[in-house]
Amino acid sequence: MSRFKLTVNGELQEVDVSPDMPLLWVLRDKLKLMGTKFGCGIAQCGACTVHLDGAAVRSCTLPVSAVTGAVTTIEGLAGTGDLHPLQAAWIEHDVPQCGYCQAGQIMSAAALLATNSRPADEDIDAALAGNYCRCGTYVRIRKAVHTAASFYNADAGDQG
Amino acid sequence: MNARGRMSRRELLKVTALAGGGLMLELSLNRPATAEELSTLLSSRELNAYIRIAPDGEITIYSSIPEMGQGVKTALPMIVAEEMGARWEDVKIIQAPIDESRFGLQGAGGSTSIPNNIGAMRRMGASAREMLIGAAALLMEVDRADLDARDSRVVHRSGESRTFGQLAALAAEQPVPDPEMLSFKDPRSYTIIGTAVGGVDNLVIATGQSEFGIDVDVPGMKYASYTSCPRVGGKAIRFNEAEIKGLPGIADAFILAPDDRAGRASMGFLNGLAALRGGVAIVGDDSWSVFEAKRRLDVKWDTTGASDDDWSRMVEQAKGVARKGNGETLAAGVSVDEALADPENRVHEAFYQFPYVAHVCMEPMNCTAAYRKGQGGEPDTLEVWLGSQFPAQVKEIAQNMLGLAPENVIVNPKRLGGGFGRRAVHDFATEAMAISHRAGVPVKLTWTRPDDIHNDLFRVGGFENMKGAVNPDGKLAAWDQHYIGFAKGGKPVIGSGLRGNELPQSVMKNARVRQTMVDVATRCGAWRAPGSNTNAFVEQSFLHELAVLAGRDHVEFLLEQMEPRRWVTEGNVNALNTGRAMDVIRLVAEKASWGKEMPEGSGQGMAFYFCHAAHVAEVAEVTVDADRNFRVDKVTVAVDVGPIINMSGAIGQVQGAVVDGLSTMALQQITMKDGVIQQDNFHQYPVMRIGSTPAIDVHFIQSDNPSTGLGEPALPPLAPAVTNAIFAATGIRIRSMPLSAEGFNLV
Ligand code: FES
Ligand code: FES
Repeated sequence: MSRFKLTVNGELQEVDVSPDMPLLWVLRDKLKLMGTKFGCGIAQCGACTVHLDGAAVRSCTLPVSAVTGAVTTIEGLAGTGDLHPLQAAWIEHDVPQCGYCQAGQIMSAAALLATNSRPADEDIDAALAGNYCRCGTYVRIRKAVHTAASFYNADAGDQG
Repeated sequence: MNARGRMSRRELLKVTALAGGGLMLELSLNRPATAEELSTLLSSRELNAYIRIAPDGEITIYSSIPEMGQGVKTALPMIVAEEMGARWEDVKIIQAPIDESRFGLQGAGGSTSIPNNIGAMRRMGASAREMLIGAAALLMEVDRADLDARDSRVVHRSGESRTFGQLAALAAEQPVPDPEMLSFKDPRSYTIIGTAVGGVDNLVIATGQSEFGIDVDVPGMKYASYTSCPRVGGKAIRFNEAEIKGLPGIADAFILAPDDRAGRASMGFLNGLAALRGGVAIVGDDSWSVFEAKRRLDVKWDTTGASDDDWSRMVEQAKGVARKGNGETLAAGVSVDEALADPENRVHEAFYQFPYVAHVCMEPMNCTAAYRKGQGGEPDTLEVWLGSQFPAQVKEIAQNMLGLAPENVIVNPKRLGGGFGRRAVHDFATEAMAISHRAGVPVKLTWTRPDDIHNDLFRVGGFENMKGAVNPDGKLAAWDQHYIGFAKGGKPVIGSGLRGNELPQSVMKNARVRQTMVDVATRCGAWRAPGSNTNAFVEQSFLHELAVLAGRDHVEFLLEQMEPRRWVTEGNVNALNTGRAMDVIRLVAEKASWGKEMPEGSGQGMAFYFCHAAHVAEVAEVTVDADRNFRVDKVTVAVDVGPIINMSGAIGQVQGAVVDGLSTMALQQITMKDGVIQQDNFHQYPVMRIGSTPAIDVHFIQSDNPSTGLGEPALPPLAPAVTNAIFAATGIRIRSMPLSAEGFNLV
């Protein structure tokens, strides 16, 4: 067991765990942040996607000892705002079916929009290729990402 | 019906005045109702909702059916709100607790939630509306005939109105209307039903608030893993106990012996499935520690009598059976042998196969159980949290395995991270309850993905040997179908074999259907549209083969089989109606521009299927390159499930079924060798990714038949539509799934 200091959703956290413990289980079992999901444990399904310094990573295969940056989970995605534009778009397009994969989908999409605010379908497909949806909500996921992107662009337009 | 019967039926609807002036209308059984009462008024499975109106106008509608992504938590309350005249924005939906004595059957499966509950939902809404109107008539001193409920208000002809909140207290004192005297809204005046309404839990999901079984956290809870024998029927003799118990974060580890008592189920199709399998439990401080310990587990198994199923052997055996060509005859046809032997006719034979597949719900199976010893003579109790399609079944397991009376078991239903039939069976709950009972602490049992795949109740694989003849006029002359499937103890497993209402023999004059069942030890279960999801592939592909043999257009050939328009079982509105079938086939052909010119390497394929009272036709458009990489560019779907309740949910279900159908037929297969499942995780058992998603164009025929469910029936036609399209594009006929094993790579 070792002590680790982590910044999660802007808050400093300290945990006493095995260095090998993946970030996923630190979040879920130790910090009780249950929004990040377990699906496979081998970086195949994307249910566990979080941001490490803004980049999408699979927390199920990331040992806590390797976490060097700030962690953002679905619970912290909106920051101080009410909803992240993606979350609003997810609701508008009625994307979720069972809903289990959706936190991971939104986190992957958020990392995409942070670097590409006008993604084409191909960009969305590439950024979300690591995220399974067993319920098959892919059609609406694409639509919702486009809607959220247009929100970003409208914002940029206002400021420009 | 005598007067006493009427009285007691009235008692079923209970009104409660809430503190603070609210109204609660409850379908309640505060004493055991007789079977006669139930069937004459509201059959027991329909007793499942109640409405509450607070003085501030907030309307709470309880949803009693498990939500697993099929949208029932939104759709059923929409019906209630519509009939009572509520504004959807004023409605709050709460998941009802599990209490079948009060709510009736609280289960989800077989696409039955809508058809089983629509009547009760309407009566609930209409009763509330009448009571609100009664209250307004008193309050406003007007004739109730001049009052109408809409937008959460009761409005007088003059325009004067009162809000539901203002009326709630007085409404609670109004007599409960006789269900037989209720009137219902004219569907043309609907403002909620038929519109697109977003899922009521979308905000919770999109913001990651915990909601699923796997998110449960109970004070004092430990985490658990369970490793059952890789070969079904085996049991643990010993394991490296000292080593496992010495690992960091591990509190306990022990063997559990098989226990069949847990499997006894009053719902026949579940019988035996939730039995405790022999294995090793590990209990520790967090999921990771118990998963790591599980990896180091070294178990000596007793595999006497355990499964030695082997998929390659099954395939060889089935081919042998097909060659012999006998089997139990389900339908004899009129003159099948004559037609097949007639030298004038063209005859064709083909062998089809489909694999075992797994459910792989995105949320692996899990259950939290807290077994508590009773203090000072009190009985022991058990509290359970899980996502389940039939949560009340858990009480039955606790009673059979642990001897607990149902009133000492609390079941907390959680949202399901996917069901698809898997969460109809509670073997994982059996394990969690047994572990908590033995360890003396609350435990959350989570299956790893390999556990979830190895211990699945698979969609059963199978084989069909098909023969057919077409006459010189290009008409179907004979259909000869031999199904080779799997059984346990002489009974076909769920999803194996053919049923009487199956297409196409239910409409064909000269069809012979035979069936041979082979024993299997591998666990099988209900998988989205059981039976239909494989039969559709074989039958709709072979029908296309015969259309090609006859040199006929597929749609025209298909329509010809349906003539004339009729119910296949007269008087049964849940049966196949060939007119409804023709309508969806024609609609999909029109919407997909059937027969249009396609570029080189592309093709269109069509299929129709009837199941779960739904008529569905689909056209797929595919493009295949020289290396057999294929993509499905577009799928057009025409559906008749009667009037649609929630348009958004309905379209979502169809899109999801198309993706699921494609993912399964293109990529997925479970195999067994010496009784051991060969696939461990998604690297060997992939799910389709977003990039392969076709455009999906959905059309509904809202016929005036009763509304029926849509969780399953759009899936079966997808596979044959795709393989028929691949044939149109390439001339290659695919008779075995998954396509990846046939060298066709979905891109
Ligand atoms: S749980 Fe991490 S990718 Fe599946
Ligand atoms: S919504 Fe169920 S897995 Fe994506």
